[in-house]
Amino acid sequence: MSEIILNPKVQPQVPLEAQNVTPDMFAGKSIDEIKNIEIWFGNEQVSLSEFFDVEGESADNASEIKIIIDGDVDNTKRIGQGMTAGEIVIKGNTSMYVGSEMEGGKITVEGDAGPWAGRDMKGGELTIMGDAGDYIGSSYRGDWRGMSGGVLTVYGNAGNEIAEYMLGGKLVVKGNVRIMPGVHMNGGTLIIGGDVIARTGGEMKGGTIVVKGIIDEFLPGFEFLGVEKDIEIDGELLEGNYFKFKGDNATKGAGGIIYAATKGNAHIAP
Amino acid sequence: MQKIIKNGMIYDPLNNIDGEKMDICIDNGKIVDSVANDAEVIDASGKIVMAGGVDPHTHIAGAKVNVGRMYRPEDSKRDVMARGGGMRAGSGFSVPSTFMTGYRYAQMGYTTAMEAAMPPLLARHTHEEFHDMPIIDHAAFPLFGNNWFIMKYLKEGDLDKTAAYSAWLLRATKGYAIKIVNPAGTEAWAWGGNVHGINDPVPYFDVTGADIIKGLAEVNEMLGLPHAIHLHCNDLGHPGNYETTIASFDIPKNIVPKPKYGHRDKILYATHVQFHCYGGTNWRDFVSAAPKVADYVNKSDHIVIDIGQVTLDETTTMTADGPMEYDLHSLNGLKWANCDVEMETGSGVVPFIYAARAPVPASQWGVGMELFLEIKDPRKICLTTDSPNAGPFTRYPRVMAWLMSNKYRMNLIENELHKWAQTKTTVATLDREYSLYEIAQVTRATSAKVLGLSDTKGHLGVGADADIAVYDINPETQDLSAEYMAVEKAFSNAAYVLKDGEIVVLDGTMVKPDLYGRTYWINTKYKPEVEQEVLVDVEKWFRQYYSVNFENYPVQEDYIPRSVPLLGDSVPGEASGKEPAIEGASK
Ligand SMILES: [Zn+2]
Repeated sequence: MSEIILNPKVQPQVPLEAQNVTPDMFAGKSIDEIKNIEIWFGNEQVSLSEFFDVEGESADNASEIKIIIDGDVDNTKRIGQGMTAGEIVIKGNTSMYVGSEMEGGKITVEGDAGPWAGRDMKGGELTIMGDAGDYIGSSYRGDWRGMSGGVLTVYGNAGNEIAEYMLGGKLVVKGNVRIMPGVHMNGGTLIIGGDVIARTGGEMKGGTIVVKGIIDEFLPGFEFLGVEKDIEIDGELLEGNYFKFKGDNATKGAGGIIYAATKGNAHIAP
Repeated sequence: MQKIIKNGMIYDPLNNIDGEKMDICIDNGKIVDSVANDAEVIDASGKIVMAGGVDPHTHIAGAKVNVGRMYRPEDSKRDVMARGGGMRAGSGFSVPSTFMTGYRYAQMGYTTAMEAAMPPLLARHTHEEFHDMPIIDHAAFPLFGNNWFIMKYLKEGDLDKTAAYSAWLLRATKGYAIKIVNPAGTEAWAWGGNVHGINDPVPYFDVTGADIIKGLAEVNEMLGLPHAIHLHCNDLGHPGNYETTIASFDIPKNIVPKPKYGHRDKILYATHVQFHCYGGTNWRDFVSAAPKVADYVNKSDHIVIDIGQVTLDETTTMTADGPMEYDLHSLNGLKWANCDVEMETGSGVVPFIYAARAPVPASQWGVGMELFLEIKDPRKICLTTDSPNAGPFTRYPRVMAWLMSNKYRMNLIENELHKWAQTKTTVATLDREYSLYEIAQVTRATSAKVLGLSDTKGHLGVGADADIAVYDINPETQDLSAEYMAVEKAFSNAAYVLKDGEIVVLDGTMVKPDLYGRTYWINTKYKPEVEQEVLVDVEKWFRQYYSVNFENYPVQEDYIPRSVPLLGDSVPGEASGKEPAIEGASK
C-alpha cells in the first residue's frame, strides 16, 4: 500500500469541499500532480496544496493507495465521496458528507464526523470512531432511494433521522441516537447500541432495526409480535431478550421489523 | 443591424418550402425581402434552417412548477449548470429553474413556449417567473374548466355572462387562452371525488364535463380568441378512456372558428392525447386505442392534438387534474403534493419513473408513437411531451429522431422496451419516417397556426419575427434515418439560433443570454354592460370566499415587461406604445 499524507494547514472559515480527495482521483498521479488537484473553497476552486501539505508516494491503482489526513479537518466536506477502492484515514474530526456515495474501499475517521456521512453509500466500509451528525447513511435530500450497501459504523453517538430511506447494507451506532432513526427505511439493517429519543422506524416498510437501549417514545403503528431471545441479525448473534414489532402500519405495505431490548423498555410493550 | 442567412436548406411548411436553398434576410428583428450588401452574413451551407420552435403546451412557470422544483431537490441534482458566459447558475432535470428553462429551450432552437396551466389566483406568480425566463416568447393559459363562475353561469344557461367573465378573467390574469382540465373533475376532487366521463355532473353546480366543453368552445368563438379551447380530457390515464376522448372531441365539432386575430381554422386543441388513448377495462386487459383515436382525427377537420410523448425518463408529473395525481400517487407510492386553488381549480405533483422495462411505460411510449405515425396529416399534430409530465422538454430532439428513424425505434423496441410495447400497441408494425418538412410542421407550423400566432411565428416568410434556428443537419449527404444519433445531437444543440434577429445561440452555446421575450395576452371585453353585471357577482364572491381582495387580484399591465396584448385597441407588438428595450427587460 502506498501512503499519501495530507497535512492540513489552517481550516478556513468558508468550508472546503474535497470530493476530489479519493484514492480513485489520486491513482496514477505524481505527488506534484496531486498537490494541484482542485478542491472547492466556497465558490472558487483552489489547489489541494493551498490547504494541505502533501507528501508520500502514489500508485497506479486506487486499491493500492492509502490517504492519511493527519489532523482535524473540521471544515472540510465530502472527503472520500464516491470512492470505489483504497483507504482513507482521517486522524481527527471532519465535516459533512464523508464517504457519501462511496462504493468500495475503506474510510476511518478517528474523531467526529458531521451530518450526511455515508449518504447514499453503496459499498465499502466507513468507520467513525467518535460521534456523527444527522442523516448519516440516509438518502440525498428529497430522494426515496438511500443507502444501499456497505457497512457504516459509529462508535460514539449519532444525530437525527439516520438511515433515512435506507435500502440495504448495515449501519451500526454503538452509542445513542436522536429522533427518527430508520425513518422511511425500506431495507438493510440498523443496529443502535444505546438509546433512542423517539419515533424509531417511522413509516418504515422494510429492513430491520435493533435498539439495545431505551426508546423513550415509541410509535403506535407497530404490531407487537412477541419476545425473542438471543436474536441473529446478518449472521451476528445479539444476546438478550427483545420485543419484536412489525410496522410501520401508518404506511401501506409495512413490513419492517424492530427489535427493542426488553430491559428498560417495559413502557413500550403492550 | 441587418443579417442574411445564406445557402441554408429551408424547411418552412407554412410557406410550402421543402428543403429549397434560399437566403433569409433580416432587418430590425423581422424577416424582410432583401438587405444591403454589407449585412452580416451567417453561412448556413450544408445546414438546415427552420423557424424558431413553438411549444404550444409545456409547464415552465407558476406555482405547481415551483412546487416541483422545491420538493424535488433530487431532481435538481441531476442537471446542474454553473454561472458563466453571462448566464445564471441553474439546476433541474425535469423541472429546471427559470433562467435555465429559457437557455435550454433556446439551445434547441425553440423561441416560443406556452405555459399550459395557470391557476388564475396564481397568475402573478406565473408572470414573475416569466420575468426571469430569458429568450423565449411566452403566454399562459388560465384554467377555466372547474371555475365556480364558469360553472354557475353555464348552469344558468347564460353564455353571455360566461363570455363576459371569461374576457375579464383573461384580462385580469394576463392570460392567453381558455384551458380546460378534467372539466368538472377537479371541482369534484374538492369534494373528495372525481367525475367519470363527460356526462357525470359535478357536485353542487350540477353541470357536466360535456356542458363545460361545449359552453367554453362557444365562448371561445364569441370572444374570437386566437387559440382554440385547450382541452385536457376527463379520465386521463385510465384504461378504457378513449371513448371519453372521442366523445369529448365530438362535442364542439359543429361550432365555427371565428378568430379575430390569426389564422386558426380549428375549433378544438386537445392536449397530451397519448394519455387519453387507452382501451380495455384495467391494466391487465389494457390495449392501445391510439389507432381508433388516430382514425377519428384523420376523419375530422375541427381538431388539432398534441401528443404528450413518453420519453422513458424519471420525471415530475404536475397538473390541475388533482384526482389524477392522487391516483398516480396511490399507484407509485411516491411523494405527493396537492393543492386546492379556492374557487378556481386544484393541482397535484408526483414524481414518476417511466422505466423502459416496465410494461405500462413501454406501452405508453408505443401509444404516443402510434398517434404520431398513424395520423396522416402532420398539420393536425404538435410534438410535445406535456413537459415535464411524460418527459422533460429537453427530450424533444430525441422524439424528433425517433420520428425520423424506424431503425432508432426498432432498436429501442427490440432491445430496451418491455414486450407490451409490441403486444399492446402496433408501434412495431409502423415504419413511417418523418421528413424534415414534417418535423418542422409538428414543432413550429401547426403550433403557431393553432395558437393564432402564425403571422409572426412558426414560419420564415416576410413579416415574420426573425426567430430562426439553423441546425447542423445535411439531408444531401446524411442518411438521417441511419444517423439518428447525429440528428438528435444536432436538434439538441442548434448551430445558430436567432431571436428577434439577434444571435442568441452559437454551436449549442448561449452567446446572448440576457434577452427577454414577449408576453402575449388577451385584452378583450365582451359586452361592457354584461361585464358590469358579472363583476357584481365576482366582487360578492370575492368578499365571501376568496382569500385575496378583489382589487389585489388582477395582474396590472405594468407587471409585464414586454407586454403584447391581442384583440384590444392597441396594435400587437406595439403594446401601449411603450415596448421596453429588449435587452435586460427583466431588470
Ligand atoms: Zn400539461
